[in-house]
Amino acid sequence: MAEPVVRLEGVTRDYGQDVVTRVLKGVDLGLEPGSFTALVGPSGSGKSTLLNLIGLLDRATSGRVLLDGVDTSGLDDTALTRLRGRLLGFVFQFHHLLPAFTALENVMLPGIARQGRADAALRRQAESMLDRVGLADRLHYRPGQLSGGQQQRVAIARALCQGPRLVLADEPTGNLDTATSDQVFELMRRINREEHTAFLVVTHDLRIASRCDRVVDLVDGRIVGDHAAPGASS
Amino acid sequence: MTFEWLVALRFLREGRIQTLLILLGVSTGVGVIIFLSALITGLQASLIEKTLGSQAHLVVKPQEEMPRVLHEGRVVGTDPAAIAAGLQPGDDALAVRLEKPAQRLRSINQWPQVIRDIEQTPGVTAVSPLVAGSAFVTRGVAQRAIVLRGVEADRFTRIIDVPARITAGRFGVTGTEAVIGSGLAADIGVRPGDRIRILTADGRNDVFTVAGVFDLQNQGVNDSWVLVSLKSAQNLLDLAGGISAVEARVDRIFEAEAIAQDVARRTGLAADSWMKLNGQLLTGLRSQSSSSTMIQVFVVVAVALGIASVLVVWVVQKNREIGIMRAFGTTRGQVLRIFLLQGLLLGLAGWVVGVGVGTVLSLVFAGLATNPDGSPTFPVNLSSQLFLGTLTMALAVGLLAAAAPARRAAGLDPAEAIHHG
Ligand SMILES: Nc1ncnc2c1ncn2[C@@H]1O[C@H](COP(=O)(O)OP(=O)(O)OP(=O)(O)O)[C@@H](O)[C@H]1O
Ligand SMILES: [Mg+2]
Repeated sequence: MAEPVVRLEGVTRDYGQDVVTRVLKGVDLGLEPGSFTALVGPSGSGKSTLLNLIGLLDRATSGRVLLDGVDTSGLDDTALTRLRGRLLGFVFQFHHLLPAFTALENVMLPGIARQGRADAALRRQAESMLDRVGLADRLHYRPGQLSGGQQQRVAIARALCQGPRLVLADEPTGNLDTATSDQVFELMRRINREEHTAFLVVTHDLRIASRCDRVVDLVDGRIVGDHAAPGASS
Repeated sequence: MTFEWLVALRFLREGRIQTLLILLGVSTGVGVIIFLSALITGLQASLIEKTLGSQAHLVVKPQEEMPRVLHEGRVVGTDPAAIAAGLQPGDDALAVRLEKPAQRLRSINQWPQVIRDIEQTPGVTAVSPLVAGSAFVTRGVAQRAIVLRGVEADRFTRIIDVPARITAGRFGVTGTEAVIGSGLAADIGVRPGDRIRILTADGRNDVFTVAGVFDLQNQGVNDSWVLVSLKSAQNLLDLAGGISAVEARVDRIFEAEAIAQDVARRTGLAADSWMKLNGQLLTGLRSQSSSSTMIQVFVVVAVALGIASVLVVWVVQKNREIGIMRAFGTTRGQVLRIFLLQGLLLGLAGWVVGVGVGTVLSLVFAGLATNPDGSPTFPVNLSSQLFLGTLTMALAVGLLAAAAPARRAAGLDPAEAIHHG
């Protein structure tokens, strides 16, 4: 079996200074390249916290987070940022596009930040990415001029534009109606299959969870269930 | 365009109200400073120009005369003057009573050589010999005390440009010609072509023809000066072949005092600069400048605080977007530079507007009131130095004001910023 994209070993995360709350209580988890995993669990169980740790947006209180085999605990902020930009893509519940930029610019921004400036190759890449999410005719629209589903598709294009190994999606369909949710989810599944990009998707929607390859169940900061989804297709 | 420029410019365009508010603050500050400085330096320059319009930059005279021996003898007891002179009772003293001689016109020894020496002093651009003393002018029954000044026309007009200030007649000081101040002319009722008699305290006198009347914009001078040839003044003031002072012009007026000291060292004579002779004026100008500097400092501080407070709010509003940018691989340094760049750009844009406002304001103000001769009552001095100075200031203020908000933005915890805004 290939080296996991992400491996967590005994990861804990405490919050608070006077009253310390342990939100994650020792999590071990590995995600295989190209896997499509749902992270489910009751509200407040620590799903977003876990996603932030994997996404290098936050540091574990104890335990190790390995990305592509690299232990991230010793890296400084700049190194973490570069690793994040290279290996990871993010999709959030509320699309979180930058409103001052067009759809195309939003998709190009991670690449511009990484290279320092825009170039023609980056632009072509972003255009084809937007084409794949079905927004070829909306390149120059601002987020405010797009529907919720369209914005979420731009966010997915942005997450994928730099060719990440793993996309972290925190309730990507939580804010969309059922039909749009399905479209957005199907889009992610298709890219997962075509690009072999791994996905970790936090969701409350069991219908969606059932269409993933694997479902990890987090309750009160511990993984209590980890199994292949009943309706897994692949 | 780099990532930082792209984002900074877009953010500025997006934050219309904030951007406008800050631009307003910076341009007001720059405008006020430009206007204030232009006005004050303009006024000061015209004040100095006026002062120097009737005054040489340097005046070189013989040293004060040494006290002379009035009485010789032996020191007896405790004569305070003797003790002050460091003498003990019983010493043979050369002088026990010191007295300054009565002021008497004295000539400068070997003055042609002195003039050459002064001409060779670095910074000196023109040198003119002068015979000056007090005298009286009579016409009919009218008699007035005057300052008689004997000059060489060519040299003197390079020190004080009297020909440019002639209000009637012409400038001429050859033979028995005289040129007199406008106040004096009005007072004794003479016009060009009229004759006047000049006499001195010891009874010498001569008749002159008034060639012209001048107005040097200085009442004291206009009311008392009579310019004649060097030779005439030498005769009247009993200074045959001699001169009483040398006047000089320098290229940099604020270096006049240093040049005066140089001249004094080279010639062994007493040299005074216009700066020393107008100490009060200079003190006044300096305190005016420092109060204007104070005002400018307060303006700068107020503008900087204004920019900083708007930018702090701006960063808070942008928390979530900053978090998103951090998530997709923007480094802390990039975030820091984006906000610093916004500060610089705001400073630059505010400066451009402020220069326009300040310049227009200054020119309008200068045009509001004019003197009878057409020159502005409030002259303004818009120098490139002023523009460069305010540019530096605007950029520095923009950068400094953005520093704290930029550090705050760069230091944001991305997870926190994304989930809680
Ligand atoms: N910055 C923080 N400071 C203190 N406590 C926090 C912080 N972030 C999260 N928590 C706490 O950690 C726990 C887990 O939060 P988290 O957001 O990971 O839950 P979640 O599983 O994503 O919930 P939801 O399904 O509602 O999004 C919660 O009790 C929350 O209050
Ligand atoms: Mg959550």
